[in-house]
Amino acid sequence: MNAAQSPVTSEGAAAAAMVPSRQHAHRATTDPATPARVPLLDVRDLHVQFQTRTGVARVLDGVSLHVDRGETLGIVGESGSGKSVFFLALLGILEANARITSGSARFGGFDLLGSSEAERSSVRGRELAMVFQNPRAALNPIRRVGQQIEDVLLRHTATPRHALQARAVDALRRVQIADPEARYHAYPFELSGGQCQRVMIAMALACEPALLIADEPTTGLDVTTQAAIMALIARIARENGMATILVTHDLGLAGEHCDRIAVMHAGHLVEMAPAAELFARPRHPYTARLLASTPYGALSIDALTSVPGQLPDLTRTDLPPCRFSERCDRVLPACAGPRVMQDTGEGHHVACHNPC
Amino acid sequence: MNAQRLAAVRAGAGFVLRRLAAALPNLLGVVVVTFLLTRALPGDPAAYFAGPAASREAIEEVRRALGLDQGIATQFGFYLRDLVQGDLGNSISTGRPVATELIERLPASLELTLIALLLATLIAVPLGVLAATRPGSVVDHLCRVIATVGVSLPTFFTGLLLAYVFYFLLGWAPPPTGRLDPAFSPPQTVTGFYLIDALFALDGELLAAVAGQIALPAITLALFVIAPISRMTRASMLGVLSSDFVRTARAVGLSRTRVLYVYALRNALLPVVTTLGMVFSFLLGSSILVEKVFAWPGVGSYALEALVASDYAPVQGFVLVLAALYVLLNLVIDLAYGVVDPRARFEG
Repeated sequence: MNAAQSPVTSEGAAAAAMVPSRQHAHRATTDPATPARVPLLDVRDLHVQFQTRTGVARVLDGVSLHVDRGETLGIVGESGSGKSVFFLALLGILEANARITSGSARFGGFDLLGSSEAERSSVRGRELAMVFQNPRAALNPIRRVGQQIEDVLLRHTATPRHALQARAVDALRRVQIADPEARYHAYPFELSGGQCQRVMIAMALACEPALLIADEPTTGLDVTTQAAIMALIARIARENGMATILVTHDLGLAGEHCDRIAVMHAGHLVEMAPAAELFARPRHPYTARLLASTPYGALSIDALTSVPGQLPDLTRTDLPPCRFSERCDRVLPACAGPRVMQDTGEGHHVACHNPC
Repeated sequence: MNAQRLAAVRAGAGFVLRRLAAALPNLLGVVVVTFLLTRALPGDPAAYFAGPAASREAIEEVRRALGLDQGIATQFGFYLRDLVQGDLGNSISTGRPVATELIERLPASLELTLIALLLATLIAVPLGVLAATRPGSVVDHLCRVIATVGVSLPTFFTGLLLAYVFYFLLGWAPPPTGRLDPAFSPPQTVTGFYLIDALFALDGELLAAVAGQIALPAITLALFVIAPISRMTRASMLGVLSSDFVRTARAVGLSRTRVLYVYALRNALLPVVTTLGMVFSFLLGSSILVEKVFAWPGVGSYALEALVASDYAPVQGFVLVLAALYVLLNLVIDLAYGVVDPRARFEG
């Protein structure tokens, strides 16, 4: 039912079926006992702590997640919910004050958390790429954008030096930058925000990764540019059979582009469901509140409400098992007990003792 | 492409000329202030030069000869007229033209200051980078200690201490008596910098002697400015390391060295370049005392001796040269900025 909803998805699934034939995907299918059903990315029970001035903040508290080949997954949550930290942890590029305390993450056949920095950095940018928000700041201000793309090619491919420039220009052309030969020589400050984001995407996709993590890729861009950037990511994902994770605070954006959506709150994954299912039947009170605060569909402005309260202080030592319980109007005595993620069918998972 | 390059050179030349022209009012201000300040100094040069036994008439005679009996405005008028002709007046103590003496002594001061700046940069920048990449480590604390010590000890004290330890106690350094041991004759003048001239002369022994002489005063000056440079490098590097584009560089898998040196350090050096400009002016100022301690025949010790003797012309000349150097240096820094930062190139 989900596939029927979005043409992007059905073609994406078809392309995904061809993925194993691609040269760099062989590692994922080394185990013949479980063909095809091995998820591309499989994260289990990830815990991340930040050492802060005021104490230890448990920023991620047991997050599990999987992504299939060619799939588009949305991660939705307010700022501070830990959605970006989750992916920085997977890539191994957390700040120095952050520590992964437990959990496992397999990407294809590769152990993301257990491998050395040298092994991990050879996967980053080649098979697992990430683009960030605020593209102008995300590019080196004093290096030509063409050179920045070449840096990625030099790191991960065996492109001979004389062919580097041509490949970098090709990468720019793929992301539909006008006059790529001239833009190759540009510095980020000479480009618009949208063009900078295209350059970021060109860098991320230069090595045709199997998974692209787009962290708020359209935040700070104007609306028409947002649509163009999202269309660009969707097209390339479809053409390459690339899985995409869209990290956003915008439930509407996620609903438009994703097959499945996972909702995060204060370092917990609270609900995960196919996009249409989530919009039709939100089960977690937080998701329901979030939907009611999103200008989506036929909802009138007057009907919009905000989510009451704010994210709890994660450095607190007396955080309740359900970190939403203090903002929740459906709280039960059972909510003081351990959290359980229950499967309510149709691929719908919710971590709530009293789902809507 | 060629026409483009030509246009860039033209724009660059225009920029330099505009900057120099803009510096003229500053230099004029310096001329006025130093003129007035030297007149406000205590002591009567006429009495000083007439000698302790001179009669009142003899002193008045000297005063008239020096032109000091005229009004201040008239004196300033004469001074300006001479200045335009490149005449900085004569030193009363040596009787020689100040311009000539300054030109003779300037290379000694510049060599000392530049070597000190180079030395300080070579130590401070790596120190700052290490401190930033390992915050809270031994290197970080060492950086902080050196910074505190270097700033809190006055240069003449560090100079005396170094001379005492390395010349008097250990005997590693040659006597602190100028640019070159009297046993050597100075290298043939090409640049006026003994180190470079000795290199040109291909004379290893001479080079070693010159380097030995300059080591202690240069280290004294360098110690004084390692602090600001290393602290600025550390702060700037820390800022850049937590910036979005460094995260991007790491996210695409670039090696740690490439992230640190190509992405982070080059960006972090921009404010350091600015600091170097400020530090250079500290160095020019503090070199006066260091030159005195090490009997360095530079413009600083020259001005200091003149000041003690109430000899106006050399002091005014010295301050003017310093101001001109400062203007030139800032120009060089702006140009250097344009080389490192493409954004600065287009704002001209």
